[in-house]
Amino acid sequence: MANVLVFIDNQSPTLKKSSLELLTIARTLGEPVAAFNGEFNDDVAAALSSYGVTAVYRPGSADLDDYLVAPKAAYLAEAVAATGAGTVLIENSSDGKEIAARLGIKLGAGVVTDVVGVEADGGAHKSVLAGSYKTVCRATTPVSILTVKANSVTPEPAPTATTPESVTIEVPAAATANAARITGRSNKATSGRPDLLDARIVVAGGRGVDGDFGPVEELADALGAAVGASRAATDAGWISHDAQVGQTGKTVSPELYISAGISGAVQQKAGMQTAKVIVAINNDAESPVFEIADFGIVGDLFEVLPQATAEIKKRKG
Amino acid sequence: MEETLKIIVLVKHVPDAQLDRHLNGADYTTDRAESILSELDEYALEAALQLTEAQGGKGAGHQVIALSMGPAGAANAIKKSLQIGATEGVHLKDDALAGSDAAATSLALAATVRYLSAGSPVDLILTGMASTDGETSLVPAQLAERLGLPQVTFASELEISAGRITARRDSDTHYDTIEAPLPAVVSVTDQINEPRFPNFKGIIAAKRKTIITLSLADIGVNPAEVGLSGSWTAVQNAEPRPPRTAGTIITDEGDAGIQLVDFLAAQKLL
Repeated sequence: MANVLVFIDNQSPTLKKSSLELLTIARTLGEPVAAFNGEFNDDVAAALSSYGVTAVYRPGSADLDDYLVAPKAAYLAEAVAATGAGTVLIENSSDGKEIAARLGIKLGAGVVTDVVGVEADGGAHKSVLAGSYKTVCRATTPVSILTVKANSVTPEPAPTATTPESVTIEVPAAATANAARITGRSNKATSGRPDLLDARIVVAGGRGVDGDFGPVEELADALGAAVGASRAATDAGWISHDAQVGQTGKTVSPELYISAGISGAVQQKAGMQTAKVIVAINNDAESPVFEIADFGIVGDLFEVLPQATAEIKKRKG
Repeated sequence: MEETLKIIVLVKHVPDAQLDRHLNGADYTTDRAESILSELDEYALEAALQLTEAQGGKGAGHQVIALSMGPAGAANAIKKSLQIGATEGVHLKDDALAGSDAAATSLALAATVRYLSAGSPVDLILTGMASTDGETSLVPAQLAERLGLPQVTFASELEISAGRITARRDSDTHYDTIEAPLPAVVSVTDQINEPRFPNFKGIIAAKRKTIITLSLADIGVNPAEVGLSGSWTAVQNAEPRPPRTAGTIITDEGDAGIQLVDFLAAQKLL
């Protein structure tokens, strides 16, 4: 079987769910091999083995993380050459897409981004024009590079574990010579809530919260949800730009999206209309969000959200 | 140190995202009938203007070149850029370009940048964070790779000094400071600035600015390398997503919060 190269850029002690998803998809396309960067330990090795990885490639230099994407693309190009892989799977983060972009030029390989499913023959499913079309795309080149969105499949270990061989790949020295370098980093405060992109439930607020995200956050915490926002709310400075859902923010596909005080214009819809269930609360019955809501409430969010929060707490005991 | 800057801003003519958008024909290419200057490119143009204004402004001889690749309509995106403040416009227009994917687009743009660098080198190529139609965000990175340049993407602050660019970049968990030597390809987010509108003076001034139209022959690109034939990806099938049908809509009569929880419980979402 053909090798399928999965790029795993691991920045934590355990593998991310999205990395396990890529490995699960890789097994449906051929023999999974991993090009690894970042923190490697026994837990990581065990996970790679249980997901059926037959070879783990690691870079000969440890400073790839000091630069933006370019050296990682150079490393992957070497790994593709060493493995003879016909398909490369990369996560669909902004860095992932740029690594894919540069790798594509190096290899003369087509790149399909925002993939949500891959056929055994390489056809890649993706939505375009802000979710208004579903398409099947493919690379027409010998190597195809796909960046796959999180939550596209359920991670499943291989039927039988493997003992992957370990191979070091030398990164060309020129790869870092003219690359953009990260010269400083400061961490942001964390909320303790789930990550917006991975969350099962998102509660989002818009212009209607009028500066007060309290009721939105309390409902989110009662549901164990992430907090999102419309561009109007982030532009007003009521909440961090990181929370923005929409065309210029994040695209989310949670099981449940609760939209409070958001009109639901195209800009917002682009980021959330693939949610499985949409609930909308807005005091304007004419808001476009009601056209896509499975359950809509015309009412005051400052009445409805606290009542729902109290009821959830009561039922959960 | 006051050096003149030569900045290329990539601007794209895209279907208005406020309207319904469509894919056309057997190749599923984008319908560009009702198109505008991509909103996200206005931030790149504004960033270019601010960089030149920080280094002496109009009299200093800086160049801000609005470059667009596309059919006749793309000239509108360039015209608007000239009204906002770009000093010159370049339109890469050739029927063979239709249907180009990111790889083919970056090939044509790289050749155009080389062509425009012939007299004096380009310092900076600025782009928006994504196009609002294709939304792949691949072109800036592919252009940088083809030109052998560093890329700094998603900049939310930008400064040029002594032949280097320093940018701030936000992720969910941290802020990074990024440095790269010039020339570089830089994409900016919608957080970097508040784009200006064209004013009356700008609109009048734009009438005196010229738009240079280039063909593939001018930039030395073989038509087979671009368009559908030069693309490395193909859209095999496309169908409109069935519109979401509205569900139950109620008006709050004092117990809507309870009804909301009942709905969530019925959907097994609690």
